[in-house]
Amino acid sequence: MNGFPILSVMLAIPAVAAVACLFLSANAARWLALIATLVDLVLGIVLWAHFDIGGAQWQFQENVPLFGSFGWALGIDGFALMLIMLSVFLMPICIGASWQAIQTRVPEYMSAFLFTELLMIGTFAAQDLFLFYIFFEGGLIPMFLIIGIWGGPNRIYASYKFFLYTLLGSVLMFIAMLWMAIHAGTTSIPVLLNYDFPVHAQMWLWLAFFASFAVKMPMWPVHTWLPDAHVQAPTAGSVILAGVLLKLGGYGFLRFSLPMFPEASHQFIWLVFGLSAVAVIYTSLVALVQQDMKKLIAYSSVAHMAIVTIGLFAFNVYGIQGAMIVMLSHGLVSGALFLCVGVIYDRLHTREISRYGGVAFVMPKYAVLFMLFTMASIGLPATSGFVGEFLSLMGTYQVSTWTALLCTTGIILGAAYMLYLYWRICFGEVKHDDVKLMPDLSLREVALLAPIAAVVLWMGVYPESFLAPMRKDADILMARIERAKPAGDSHLMTTKAAPAPATQAEAE
Amino acid sequence: MTSILFLVFLPLLAAAIAGFGNRMIGNVVAKSVTTGALFISCVLAWPIFIEYLAGTMGPVVTPVFDWINVGGMHVEWALRVDSLTAVMLVVVTSVSFLVHLYSWGYMAEDPDQPRFFAYLSLFTFAMLMLVTADNLVQMFFGWEGVGLASYLLIGFWFYKPSANAAAIKAFVVNRVGDLGFMLGIFGTYLVFHTISIPEILAAAPSMAHSTIGFLWFRADTMTVLCILLFIGAMGKSAQLGLHTWLPDAMEGPTPVSALIHAATMVTAGVFMVCRLSPMFETSPTALGFVTFIGAATCLFAATIGCVQTDIKRVIAYSTCSQLGYMFFAAGVGAFGGAMFHLFTHAFFKALLFLCAGSVIHAMHHEQDMRYYGGLRKKIPLTFWAMVAGTLAITGVGLPGIGGLPQIGFAGFHSKDGILEAAYASGGGGEIAWWVGTIAALLTSFYSWRLIFMTFFGAPRWAGSEHIQHAVHDAHGHRHHQESGHEAHPAGEDAGDEPHVHGAGQHEVPHGTGGYHPHESPLNMLIPLILLSVGAVAAGFIFQHFFISPEAGENYWHGAVWFSPHLMEAMEAIPVWVKLGPTVVMLIGLAVAWYAYIRKTDVPARAASTFEVLYRFLLNKWYFDELYNFIFVRPAFAIGRFFWRRGDEKTIDRFGPNGAAWVVAGTSRVAGRLQSGYIYTYAFVMLIGLTAAVTWAMAS
Repeated sequence: MNGFPILSVMLAIPAVAAVACLFLSANAARWLALIATLVDLVLGIVLWAHFDIGGAQWQFQENVPLFGSFGWALGIDGFALMLIMLSVFLMPICIGASWQAIQTRVPEYMSAFLFTELLMIGTFAAQDLFLFYIFFEGGLIPMFLIIGIWGGPNRIYASYKFFLYTLLGSVLMFIAMLWMAIHAGTTSIPVLLNYDFPVHAQMWLWLAFFASFAVKMPMWPVHTWLPDAHVQAPTAGSVILAGVLLKLGGYGFLRFSLPMFPEASHQFIWLVFGLSAVAVIYTSLVALVQQDMKKLIAYSSVAHMAIVTIGLFAFNVYGIQGAMIVMLSHGLVSGALFLCVGVIYDRLHTREISRYGGVAFVMPKYAVLFMLFTMASIGLPATSGFVGEFLSLMGTYQVSTWTALLCTTGIILGAAYMLYLYWRICFGEVKHDDVKLMPDLSLREVALLAPIAAVVLWMGVYPESFLAPMRKDADILMARIERAKPAGDSHLMTTKAAPAPATQAEAE
Repeated sequence: MTSILFLVFLPLLAAAIAGFGNRMIGNVVAKSVTTGALFISCVLAWPIFIEYLAGTMGPVVTPVFDWINVGGMHVEWALRVDSLTAVMLVVVTSVSFLVHLYSWGYMAEDPDQPRFFAYLSLFTFAMLMLVTADNLVQMFFGWEGVGLASYLLIGFWFYKPSANAAAIKAFVVNRVGDLGFMLGIFGTYLVFHTISIPEILAAAPSMAHSTIGFLWFRADTMTVLCILLFIGAMGKSAQLGLHTWLPDAMEGPTPVSALIHAATMVTAGVFMVCRLSPMFETSPTALGFVTFIGAATCLFAATIGCVQTDIKRVIAYSTCSQLGYMFFAAGVGAFGGAMFHLFTHAFFKALLFLCAGSVIHAMHHEQDMRYYGGLRKKIPLTFWAMVAGTLAITGVGLPGIGGLPQIGFAGFHSKDGILEAAYASGGGGEIAWWVGTIAALLTSFYSWRLIFMTFFGAPRWAGSEHIQHAVHDAHGHRHHQESGHEAHPAGEDAGDEPHVHGAGQHEVPHGTGGYHPHESPLNMLIPLILLSVGAVAAGFIFQHFFISPEAGENYWHGAVWFSPHLMEAMEAIPVWVKLGPTVVMLIGLAVAWYAYIRKTDVPARAASTFEVLYRFLLNKWYFDELYNFIFVRPAFAIGRFFWRRGDEKTIDRFGPNGAAWVVAGTSRVAGRLQSGYIYTYAFVMLIGLTAAVTWAMAS
């Protein structure tokens, strides 16, 4: 791309459009937002096309020193590329989903979304510690506004809860970042990635980062903001929240916790595995008894994110690549599921599951797409859900058969709550007269859901397109954390040789 | 071998056309496209099978493209054909084609035919992907694909709550098995560093005496892996413990039961064990487990089959029981025998189900055999086809002693082969022989009971609500008032139905309620005839290739673990062992004849004498009740507890709401804090406990 600052341009477009929106009429703001996000999508495709797979670790680097050691440093690797693609792919869909659903303060709404896009791309592209921090925490603000202004009846409580949770984490992370910058004498992320912090300091740093990422993830037991935020958020807000904002935590673990504090990560595997295993079972069971569609999907998100965390802390390429694919897949699938909820919410204005039933009779097209996303969420092979879950759990098995067993129960419980949901909404007789009058998907709605469906199948049948850009980065990360790799509890012994090595490993 | 590509992917293409075209292309086009595609697949499959029978072909792998490449793991979409796959190819495509054809007639009245045919073809595609898998992950793809199709087809009439419940149950129970399958794949990869089946099988013997840690214990590597994988097979093949979904799956349309829940999908577990037979052979413990589960299921399902009154449920339990036979054949090392029974069973069980469908069709959707009777003369072709199927399943034949030729119906060759192999293998196999022989007695009894209740005796149709509806529809206008009455459940007793339809009551033969069953249309009868041919001849023709010592080795060619030694030992077993299955078959027939034709009050008296046993069997050993009590209801209860007490009353209260309270200092929240804190304590303890346990586990 010979020097063309494509990342800066991708940040500038939503920034400019966001400001411009505020001065436009409702309709003009919609169109401007759509065009801006589509342009960013095109730029994203260009970015992907020019990304040199297997080439340099950091590509499209830009570096403008501003003051002190702080600089406008951007650059991406394969992980960041994929997450940027996810963001720019979902953004136009969010704008499209808000086309008719949002009728009040449209310019401000569009502006908030464009700012969200800016902050998300920035988070993934930032190469300076504090630049990252600004983008990472800044993402909170537009989301806070989207829920607080355009949300449901209980929006103030939800946005406040959302804010309170994330605030706590970010304060601790900021302190840790300050300490790191002082201790290492640099704020450059690529440099810090290869800097070895003293082991005792790693523990504290790891925990401080963990406080922030665990909330963002969200991990059990700091997940309770998510169901409320989702329930109150407008449809597009839920899409972006589940689709991209939940990926910030996983990205954080991948970018900071693992490579910068490998020894501490090793020490805290038990914590991550324990919380994740609880999350899978606990939130899946909670999802089973939900009466509100959005809450159900929100709880299922927590369970899916637990599969990400175990994969990341499995300390092998299967887990890491699998976790990344789960993140991408979950971004698409849960986004699509929230859109599916939005579609029928727009018609009946209720999220109460029991108010539906027999929707497959009146909305066959909808039923087909909803079934596809349900199956993807369950992790049926040939959908994106399977590839990630399979790899992540496989990686986990190599470290802990217990964790693998407990987390694999997610495939049973996931099937139970998703199929139960699908039954209550789409199947059965049409019990309510207003359901009978629901029109099938409009062209606009098909245009929102069909692209996601296509990518879900693509990622399921030929995930190589998505795995290839990340392969080298997973290897680099592995090379970095190899020294802290846990032994695993399988201890295969091929001969009747002395059990000495095994007991040694067990003693660790 | 490009023909294999067409063979496998044509059904997928047809499914897509029929499914997405749906109303746009109309019923006839959708049905023609799918049935035509299956016909081509079937025509392509038989020559492949014949080539392998001739022994001229080795295994062929046709790669399609890469699927997942991570680290050292390479998963490819590839189609593997060898003699084991070839058997499955003909079974799957033949039965599927016939079922497609049959459905033209059976589903003729349904408003949603393109969707039905699309699902059938989609299923066939997934099943073909399963049997052509060259690696465990593709097998898992097919495994889940058939599960999806099964879910969609069980719930095909999705307005029925019972169909939905059955569909979800099938999917979720299968997922329990899949948990084992997935862990088995993970473990296998950990041990062998590959998921390619041929590579794993080649390396398996070298792991024979190794041990591996799993959860809290350490055990023989191959035993752990095989049992994990076998749990997957137990789910799919409805073996004891994970069988509960299969009888409920009968909620689906009958052609579905024939194709998926009898001939093909449920045999996937057997196929998997045979495919991985060299792996299982390295672990006697795992094989013992397989034998035990197989024999137990075989007997258990047969006992239930004896008392069920729904015609499809009887056949469903019979399927469950026959699958048990296949597994214990595999367990004693007679993998060729297991595949042979799978092969013949596909024909005669599909035949039995399609015949049942034809009966149900004739009887206006009545499935309860208590309301059948005397149908022999009304639907003669169905009757003879079903007798052929029954002769096959009960294993009628000349046992080939005293110089007589060994010849019989399909099930005779395969089932007796299994029992003989079990006995010949010695040890646990002899116990399996006894269990299998007792099950054969029960099989004969419930199969003939079905025939006698359905086709013999006096008609008992008048008691059926379905028949009454049919009669009302026919003379609808005249009996409006009466049908108002009969919206209420009709009287149980067939004899003294109070309002049998006025019109010409004196002309109506007793018990028929004025109903006239009709034989099914030709497109339903042709599959019955063709499958009857299979049920009669498949055993005799193919026995040689599947289980005879030399020809078997020549045919299998390493595709399954084959022991000529065992097959030779089979021929040297005592005469009473050879004769046993035939004798018990005759006893079963005689008892059924006595109880259901000669003295028809015997069953009722037996039921009241052995009330407890009867209830126990009628309620299917109370498995459903037990599972509801220990899994389903607690899952919902715990879910509610976690949600209300965990999330809302504990985490939120001390988290964000607590913070709000501190900040705002209001007493309103404080009031709420007083109530129910015992749950909070319990919950905090749970958290602490979890942390402690995980910490202890990890270090």
